[in-house]
Amino acid sequence: MNGEKITRIILIFAAAIIVLIAGGMAWSLLSGSIPAFKEFGLKFIISTDWNPTEGKEVYGALPFIAGTLLTSILALIICFPMAFSTSLFLGEYFKGKRVAGILGTLVDLLAGIPSIVYGLWGFYVLKPFIVHLGLNQNGLGIFTASLILAIMIIPYATSLSTEIISMVPRELKEAAYSLGATRREMIMNVTLPNASSGIVASYVLSLGRALGETMAVTMLIGNTNVIPKGIFSTGNTMASVIANQFGEAEGLKLSSLIAIGLLLFLITALINYIGKWVMKKLY
Amino acid sequence: MQAFKNKGDRLRIKKDRIFYGFVIFFALLTVSPLILIVFKLVREGIGQINFDFFTQNQPNTFQAMVAIKNGETIPGGIANGIVGTLLMVVLASVMAIPVGVLTGVYLSENQNSRFASMVGSISDVLQGVPSIVLGVISYLWIVKHVTNGYSALAGSTSLAIMMLPLIVRSTEETLKMIPVSYKEAAFALGVPYHRVILKVLLPSSLSGLLTGILLSLSRILGETAPLMLTALGSSMINLDITQPTSAVPLLIWEFYNNPNMVSLIWSSSLFLMGLVLFFNIIAKRMAKKWKIQ
Repeated sequence: MNGEKITRIILIFAAAIIVLIAGGMAWSLLSGSIPAFKEFGLKFIISTDWNPTEGKEVYGALPFIAGTLLTSILALIICFPMAFSTSLFLGEYFKGKRVAGILGTLVDLLAGIPSIVYGLWGFYVLKPFIVHLGLNQNGLGIFTASLILAIMIIPYATSLSTEIISMVPRELKEAAYSLGATRREMIMNVTLPNASSGIVASYVLSLGRALGETMAVTMLIGNTNVIPKGIFSTGNTMASVIANQFGEAEGLKLSSLIAIGLLLFLITALINYIGKWVMKKLY
Repeated sequence: MQAFKNKGDRLRIKKDRIFYGFVIFFALLTVSPLILIVFKLVREGIGQINFDFFTQNQPNTFQAMVAIKNGETIPGGIANGIVGTLLMVVLASVMAIPVGVLTGVYLSENQNSRFASMVGSISDVLQGVPSIVLGVISYLWIVKHVTNGYSALAGSTSLAIMMLPLIVRSTEETLKMIPVSYKEAAFALGVPYHRVILKVLLPSSLSGLLTGILLSLSRILGETAPLMLTALGSSMINLDITQPTSAVPLLIWEFYNNPNMVSLIWSSSLFLMGLVLFFNIIAKRMAKKWKIQ
């Protein structure tokens, strides 16, 4: 065998490892969650019971699915005005200016702060503030968790949409100005329609991030295994129930937690796939 | 100027001004958490950072209780966490960097092959997997079947899977920017394929590769959730990769849950954030430089 062939085989082998890891992950999650699905069937997904008492063990994932979707979507809504304004600031109003460089760097740094540090700050600064405002009694709950999540996903939502907004052709903008449009009218009628699919993609991808976030949410959501009654009540997410209960879990409970992991994996993969698909349509 | 006296035009200009103010306000609001967080950590944490902080193991609950009672600063440090973090990050890099770089080379060399585009999409899917799920996976693979218990190896496996897709993509993107003429020149001189990769492709994309690696490191340094399911933690310095090991983020979690040691969270968080941001800033600087060249 000659050297070139060996090199090619080594490269293919490395690529195959990635496929093996992904396949192995899917297989492990599936086989690990079989006992839970065998016991509860599809009721596992729609049941709200979570009772680890021996003898009458019942596990259902609905409270966690609801909590995950609620916090993530609320975070996306809260993050929107800030991320949208920041990307207009960076990609349109102050494009190429020094102040945009500084602000852009600071927003990027937000992505570098570890999740647990966000959680601590949320617990010791944001939570008392929420109590002070009288929004809810102990300050923990869906809203507090969503607020910290919103801050955490801002850099992801901003970076891609800034890039797309700054790529809108200059001629189109100048044409709008020559017709007497104000800057706001130009942004609304030229920039946004041109950049819309990119902006949508960036928010979908940020949603994917928010769904899997664990530590900060765990520290702020209150960890009650019920469907949240409103945005100020406590709840739990799929990621935090795994983080909280995996350590001491065995048997059916372990399998149920793995099944929640599998559902989380599927949901995030689907959301990311949609995001990537919108992006591909773009280029 | 005649046109501006028109009532409708004045309204349009007013709207434009309001919109501008809205953008400035929210853009500045966006960075305020960063400033508030850094301020809080520095104010609360800087007083506890001293020589012992880097050289001593974590205090036990009793030591912390006595110190609080006497109004002293809590003794000890986070050396066991720092060493554990280093151990696991190095181990994860050893696992992820070779595979990631080679896969990136494969993807950029075979852009039209179907297998390559499949590997690319799979790597994208891996990048989106929440870190807690990677913890579950590493628990099922390593904790249960390889080390038969919580271990540094399990922790670094979950971190390595997290690093992989980032390194694959950054390697592929950088290699795509290298002019084909470099490769053709080397082949024309009769250089064998593996030496073209090692001596031409990789060196000329080195700074791009390093950027990707540093970014992936800054991503995994602060990870807590997967380590809770895999490395567990240890109150002593541990260098045996088959044993439970601590890490700085795990220590923060431990301190946060222990009422006697809760005041240690700020110094540890300050240290962790400083470390992560340091890697992050260097990587971003290199990325900028690479783009300009």
